[in-house]
Amino acid sequence: MSEILERLCKISPYELNKAEKEKIYKEASSDLTRHHYQSCPEYREILDAIGYDINAYQEVEKQPMIPVRLFKEYDLLSVPRDNIVKIMTSSGTSGQKVSKIFLDKENTKNQTRILAEILSSYIGKQRLPLLILDTKLALQDRSMFSARGAGIVGFSTFGRDIVYALDENMNIDIPSVQAFVGKHQKERVLMFGYTYMIWQYVVGALRKAGEQIHIENGVLFHIGGWKKLKEQAVDTISYNKAIQEVLGNIKVHNYYGMAEQLGSVFVECEYGHMHCSNFSDIMIRRPEDFSVAEMRERGLIELVSLLPTSYPGHILLTEDEGEILGQDDCPCGRKGKYFKIHGRIKGAEIRGCSDTYERH
Amino acid sequence: MKAIERYQEIFKTVFGVEDEILETLEYQGIAQWDSVGHMQLVAALEEEFDIMFDTDDIIDFNSYTAGKEILKKYEVEL
Repeated sequence: MSEILERLCKISPYELNKAEKEKIYKEASSDLTRHHYQSCPEYREILDAIGYDINAYQEVEKQPMIPVRLFKEYDLLSVPRDNIVKIMTSSGTSGQKVSKIFLDKENTKNQTRILAEILSSYIGKQRLPLLILDTKLALQDRSMFSARGAGIVGFSTFGRDIVYALDENMNIDIPSVQAFVGKHQKERVLMFGYTYMIWQYVVGALRKAGEQIHIENGVLFHIGGWKKLKEQAVDTISYNKAIQEVLGNIKVHNYYGMAEQLGSVFVECEYGHMHCSNFSDIMIRRPEDFSVAEMRERGLIELVSLLPTSYPGHILLTEDEGEILGQDDCPCGRKGKYFKIHGRIKGAEIRGCSDTYERH
Repeated sequence: MKAIERYQEIFKTVFGVEDEILETLEYQGIAQWDSVGHMQLVAALEEEFDIMFDTDDIIDFNSYTAGKEILKKYEVEL
């Protein structure tokens, strides 16, 4: 783990204010840019082509960003191929190219470590009984991991007595879920799943069956796109309410993160704001000229993470649209920028998120 | 069975490996010991020794040898 990550792991993950963060990021992200320039030929070509001065220490906003779709077109590595232990793929819908993210041991470990830092600030260091609102099948095909499977495995580190709520046909296994809840009645339980799949295969299925699960003290983390939910006019408030109706007393945390930047995730706080942790940052770009947008101005989301070392993904231009709501002043007390996501930009290549599932 | 034998037996069962390579076994060093394999290993060790690892120890458990040290924290003497 780099010195800066070590240092950041010693403080609370939402502690850095604007001035502290800018100072650290200017140096740390410049170092990463230099590392990738020296180690990844394709990245170097891009930076040379735009005439970027690799020796300068620049603010993050002046450093080159890589469009996420480049990871679909090219195999981008900043370490020798022999060092790669895992290739993450974004589970695009069939027929479309998938992103490939090349991870070495160090990068994989840092992802897990940082995810643990961030999530433990919400749930504590204790491992909790874990209910995965998905099927075991998502773990198949281990060498070419889909984002969906990797999300489940990554989350499993925080759980114990793991139970999968869906069977191989994506039907909710009510007896198993009830048994899990009965066994852990007195404890706080952890749940994990993908936003739309939970809606369809858990909320939808339980409503249809007229069944309710009575969890007394649960916390749910879910991730994934909102496109299909928006089409059904489901927003955060109605989503969370529906979860509580069918599952019980659950604290719901939506979170956001790219397969291209696993580990340094963005978690929604109790006020419904997505937060950057010390390990990541966000900027909004105007689509016309890629200039930096003002606070509360909608634009393209650029994400910065201090984690990517085995592939040049530390500064990415996403295909998502969003706006920054504020910095260092969320009523929840967390420092850093907080933001809102508006979804995929129009005209972007149609691509499924982690929560794609097709019935065969 | 001695604790060390139970420890070895778990690696052999979970990953399907022979005695000879145990000492050099590392996380991500063989195909079977990937993140899914790691979960299976953790679950098997916890059940065998009736312990519960902290999250940090699951992350630090990156080799056969490192695992022995970690188990000491849980009062499992190998």
